[in-house]
Amino acid sequence: MKAFTQLNGLVCPLDRANVDTDAIIPKQFLKSIKRSGFGPNLFDEWRYLDHGEPGQDCSQRPRNPDFVLNFPRYQGAQVLLARENFGCGSSREHAPWALEDYGFRVVIAPSFADIFFNNCYKNGLLPIVLAAEAVDQLFRECEAQDGYTLTVDLAQQTVTTPGGTSFAFDITEHRKHCLLNGLDEIGLTLAHAEEIRRYEEVRRQQQPWLFA
Amino acid sequence: MAYTLYDKLWNSHVIREEADGTVLLYIDRHLVHEVTSPQAFEGLKLAGRQPWRISSIVATADHNTPTTDWDKAEGTAAIDDPISRQQVETLDANIREVGALAYFPFKNINQGIVHVVGPEQGATLPGMTVVCGDSHTSTHGAFACLAHGIGTSEVEHVLATQTLVAKKSKSMLVSVEGDLGAGVTAKDVALAIIGKIGTAGGTGYAIEFAGSAIRSLSMEGRMTLCNMAIEAGARAGMVAVDEKTIEYVKGRPFAPKAEVWDAAVAYWNTLHSDEGAQFDTVVELPAAEIVPQVTWGTSPEMVIGVDGRVPDPALEADPVKKGSIERALNYMGLQANTPITEIAVDKVFIGSCTNSRIEDLRAAAAVIQGRQKSPSVKQVLVVPGSGNVKAQAEQEGLHHLFLAAGFEWREPGCSMCLAMNADRLEPGERCASTSNRNFEGRQGQGGRTHLVSPAMAAAAAISGHFVDIRQF
Ligand code: SF4
Repeated sequence: MKAFTQLNGLVCPLDRANVDTDAIIPKQFLKSIKRSGFGPNLFDEWRYLDHGEPGQDCSQRPRNPDFVLNFPRYQGAQVLLARENFGCGSSREHAPWALEDYGFRVVIAPSFADIFFNNCYKNGLLPIVLAAEAVDQLFRECEAQDGYTLTVDLAQQTVTTPGGTSFAFDITEHRKHCLLNGLDEIGLTLAHAEEIRRYEEVRRQQQPWLFA
Repeated sequence: MAYTLYDKLWNSHVIREEADGTVLLYIDRHLVHEVTSPQAFEGLKLAGRQPWRISSIVATADHNTPTTDWDKAEGTAAIDDPISRQQVETLDANIREVGALAYFPFKNINQGIVHVVGPEQGATLPGMTVVCGDSHTSTHGAFACLAHGIGTSEVEHVLATQTLVAKKSKSMLVSVEGDLGAGVTAKDVALAIIGKIGTAGGTGYAIEFAGSAIRSLSMEGRMTLCNMAIEAGARAGMVAVDEKTIEYVKGRPFAPKAEVWDAAVAYWNTLHSDEGAQFDTVVELPAAEIVPQVTWGTSPEMVIGVDGRVPDPALEADPVKKGSIERALNYMGLQANTPITEIAVDKVFIGSCTNSRIEDLRAAAAVIQGRQKSPSVKQVLVVPGSGNVKAQAEQEGLHHLFLAAGFEWREPGCSMCLAMNADRLEPGERCASTSNRNFEGRQGQGGRTHLVSPAMAAAAAISGHFVDIRQF
């Protein structure tokens, strides 16, 4: 996994509540058996005027000029600013894969759906929850100012605006440690293999039907 | 100390706990399907790792499989779409290589939607932790399991370690006391709860559904309810064990037998919240207040009683909510203040892990009573949740009733719940659907979904528009 330490990135504001994973990456793209290459189909139904299918060359497709991701001023954005309950719906990890493959490293919202929130960390994408008022302020500033960037510092757990306002965010120590160091969670868990085996043995005695 | 059901399930699966509350949680049952597993198996292989305990794995193909013309070619050759076929074949190959407690491939009699198959096989047992790379894994909470969806990285993590790195959620008790009115089903209870607390109302919580109305539900009904816990934002929903739970599990292929059965039942009977257990949040919804529900928008919380009208954004003060309502009405092609019963439908879908069990099909068939689908309705799909459900329905003759009414009787699978196969809505088409999500494009790009119970869906098929099942 890619490590995440600090980032100063262009912000793209997506002013919709309840953006679901079907919208982030429509299901026809789930037929892939790979985990990369989803970026061109991020928000496919909003981003393009035609219907997308896997394997198409997206550079030739008609774009929806009214969709914020297509605005010239937001090209190259690495921070997605979103509204509440971002990532609701299906548990498909293709959603964070698509966001990451497109180039986003951070998503900021007042709230996230649980499974999506978890999935982000596994893919080097940092989901940040800020208070609704703070998110409102970022939306206002971002829309008012061309080239608006935010500085995200994971070690300090802060998001800082160009004006110098800093917002603190929460993250568990474990996730922070993994993300800062780009650690593979399976490897970390397997360091406890003996403990897992011991636990399993005890349960096998107590509840043999689970191991039939 | 008094523990909640969630506490009991959680505590019994914690292997170790870090200072910040992150735990390593043991996973008893791992359900696997073709869409979210290929990258996990690939990751496992690339890292040179072995699966930890293959006897925890139950696999089937459901999301991508066609629901017609299974006989036209041998095996997976009957899947027209080459990309879908590759995904199903990749699952075949992975299970062949790795192994599993049980695998129900495409066309197997036991094949079907993973959340229908697990309980049906007795592979879902009370007290288990159950995970699957699918958000509707919450379904299995009906058996007092701690069951939730996981992403593909976590699928790989469970394959490799039999554990998840997790943090405990807060607990919510949703209590529904009283008698449900005639025509009011588990689906209506689920939608009414979501209408009340919102699609993010359960975020960060594990929900226990309790109260006399919940206890009165069959296991099928409880599965419908827990299935939709995720639509209320909760990763997990659960119902305590009672006689119905044990009766349902008894005699199923993977259920324990003989003296092991007695030991299991003794344990299962402890799986309820203790008297006086504390929840972080309690929500009460009197059963008498719940009427048959119909969603009008593009989120399950955009729901109203069948006797209501489409809401008017002009009456909404909050600008974000107002914008959501306007966008939803625009997408759905609906006018504010239209009575729900005046909304005409183009298609009807009876199926999905929410409502494709035998009881659901019986409820839909009972509505028909010799009538025909309305000529204005283009297509009515009835898609059983599994090969076994299909066989049972045919044994009861339900398929004759559906076919006589002009409904289509299909092979099992997810079908038009997510429209990954050929079953889908065309742009602008309006569907009465027994599935669980009415998101934009969920049932096909530009398609418009209204979530309802099986009986309400069948009634809409016959009338051509929504009707109040209580007066039908
Ligand atoms: S029926 Fe629908 S919700 Fe259920 S598992 Fe299949 S796609 Fe998911």
